[in-house]
Amino acid sequence: MNNNEAYWKANLTLMASLLAIWFLVSFGCGILFVEYLNQFRLFGFKLGFWFSQQGSIYVFVILIFVYVWRMNKLDQRYGVDEDE
Amino acid sequence: MSAQLLTYLFIGLSFALYIGVAIWSRSSTTNDFYVAGSHVHPLANGAATAADWMSAASFLSMAGIIAFEGADGARYLMGWTGGYVLLALLLAPYLRKFAKFTVPDFVGDRYYSQAARLVAVVCVIFISFTYVAGQMRGVGIVFSRFLEVDINTGVVIGMAIVFIYAVLGGMKGITYTQVAQYCVLIFAYLVPAIFISLQLTGNPFPMLGFGSTLSDGVYLLDKLDGLSDELGMTAFTSGNKSTVDMFFITAALMAGTAGLPHVIVRFFTVPKVRDARISAGYALIFIALLYTTAPAVAAFARINIINNVDGMVYEHAPEWFTKWEDSGLIAWLDKNDDGKVQYRGGDALVPVKPVFDGTRQAAGQRAFDNTASVNDNELYIDRDIIVLAHPEIANLPNWVIALVAAGGLAAALSTAAGLLLVMSTSISHDLLKKCLMPGISERQELMFARIAAAFAVSVAGLLGIYPPGFVAQVVAFAFGLAAASFFPVLLLGIFSKRMNKEAAITGMVTGLTFTFSYIVYFKFVSPETNNAAHWLFGISPEGIGTLGMLLNFAVSFIIMRITPPPPEEIQKLVERIRIPR
Repeated sequence: MNNNEAYWKANLTLMASLLAIWFLVSFGCGILFVEYLNQFRLFGFKLGFWFSQQGSIYVFVILIFVYVWRMNKLDQRYGVDEDE
Repeated sequence: MSAQLLTYLFIGLSFALYIGVAIWSRSSTTNDFYVAGSHVHPLANGAATAADWMSAASFLSMAGIIAFEGADGARYLMGWTGGYVLLALLLAPYLRKFAKFTVPDFVGDRYYSQAARLVAVVCVIFISFTYVAGQMRGVGIVFSRFLEVDINTGVVIGMAIVFIYAVLGGMKGITYTQVAQYCVLIFAYLVPAIFISLQLTGNPFPMLGFGSTLSDGVYLLDKLDGLSDELGMTAFTSGNKSTVDMFFITAALMAGTAGLPHVIVRFFTVPKVRDARISAGYALIFIALLYTTAPAVAAFARINIINNVDGMVYEHAPEWFTKWEDSGLIAWLDKNDDGKVQYRGGDALVPVKPVFDGTRQAAGQRAFDNTASVNDNELYIDRDIIVLAHPEIANLPNWVIALVAAGGLAAALSTAAGLLLVMSTSISHDLLKKCLMPGISERQELMFARIAAAFAVSVAGLLGIYPPGFVAQVVAFAFGLAAASFFPVLLLGIFSKRMNKEAAITGMVTGLTFTFSYIVYFKFVSPETNNAAHWLFGISPEGIGTLGMLLNFAVSFIIMRITPPPPEEIQKLVERIRIPR
């Protein structure tokens, strides 16, 4: 496997794990399991409600920044970053 | 100073700012006009993307919808933010590496086909036009209510402003005015939210405030659920939509967001692939500031409306109530003849929206032709007024009320400008330069781009002045159409080397035709059967784009396996866009 293919594979692995979290918080906690989670409380919020109207958005932001940070590292490790 | 004078002042100042920025950053080349020379700082691009993205719907309508729907509103909150994760991880960096001007550009080159390019151009123009008409309604509402000018005058003023900076400035002008508009709109959204959060809960952060306690020590959301229950409304923290429908609508909004041409094109404006990634992150932070505040605003508004309006004697109604009634967006039917407003669950009128007959009733309220519904609710409130009316309902100072009007205009104008630009680029670049008149010089192309922008502004203005009835219906479906057409084609174009033009074209056509027919059937052909019992798998027209997208994927996978692979140089192109360097 050449360098570019290895880079692409590492990229796909990172992407898949981040998208799994993305799916879990939004479609999982915010929609599919919302009723179950609503029996728990987070201060004044029912937990499922909090995930669907607040929590998932916070997680989305974090996911993108983790992606940026990890990808910049990958770019360097495989020598494909933009500034020499 | 009166609220009206302050509104004139704020709107005047903000417009002067936008025009000043536009003159400072006007374009002289097609590269400037289409993608701002690809010199935009990622932070600036993040703010511009946020303003581009957050439209009159996000600013004016979303909190209002959540105020009435409660938990069901989560589909917009998650759908319109979660799409950025898809955009950042799956599309933006690769499309930036591809380094062209438009989405049809990518589709045409990647699928080595003028037919595919043309299908993409048609999709871009259709999606953008339905969308831009909605912005104009927003401009009209703000002008007519706050400046008490005719809606048409308001639309014309708005169009003139957009005309100046979109036609002269192109993408470069739009980018920096959008940065300014983001600052105006987010300030205008947060200030009243913070004031009201402090009033109700003592917490200066509205996104935490609506999970805090009221002055009597009860949690705000518990209090609201209790009140809603007493009045026969759905509790704020629970919804009416089925799980499957919520799932499909949210997915359609997410994939649609990632496939919207005016958002994608913003990532062509930054210098590097790395910048495209990080600017998606900045954009989502900027968007999240408003989106995490919106449900708080919604909860505050519902509790304030119930407390202020239910049981109110109409003859002592506050000024905001009668003014919105004069605008036709509030209506009251005294079902039990006690002279007081009873605010309860369910629609007050049949049909739902009031059709005023021009006369007044005993207590001075406007009369209408509608009949009473069978429930006890006497009040009709248009959802679109919640954000605009809330500062007045909560008795905030006049300057805050004026600020909100300026913010609403900033949200509508920034989105309108972004949409007009992608339409004009699609026409001058993809249609003329790449298809019909390949011989034109850059100067001529730039001239055509400006003419196309001017033409698009005029059509958008006309749509604002003579809103066709179907537009409001269709706007929400632009996302489903984007999800069913662009998203799979872009995604597979990057992630599958085997993906070829046959698969792309059949996929797009299948996805679009299916989604479009489903929507047209339930909205126009047979609207009386538009309910869960008749829907396919219980999916509403709003969420059908997800199924259209899955169909598109399925068709693409089959066709690409039974047709020849794309030419060698296209496979090389795909390898190249995957690597940042």
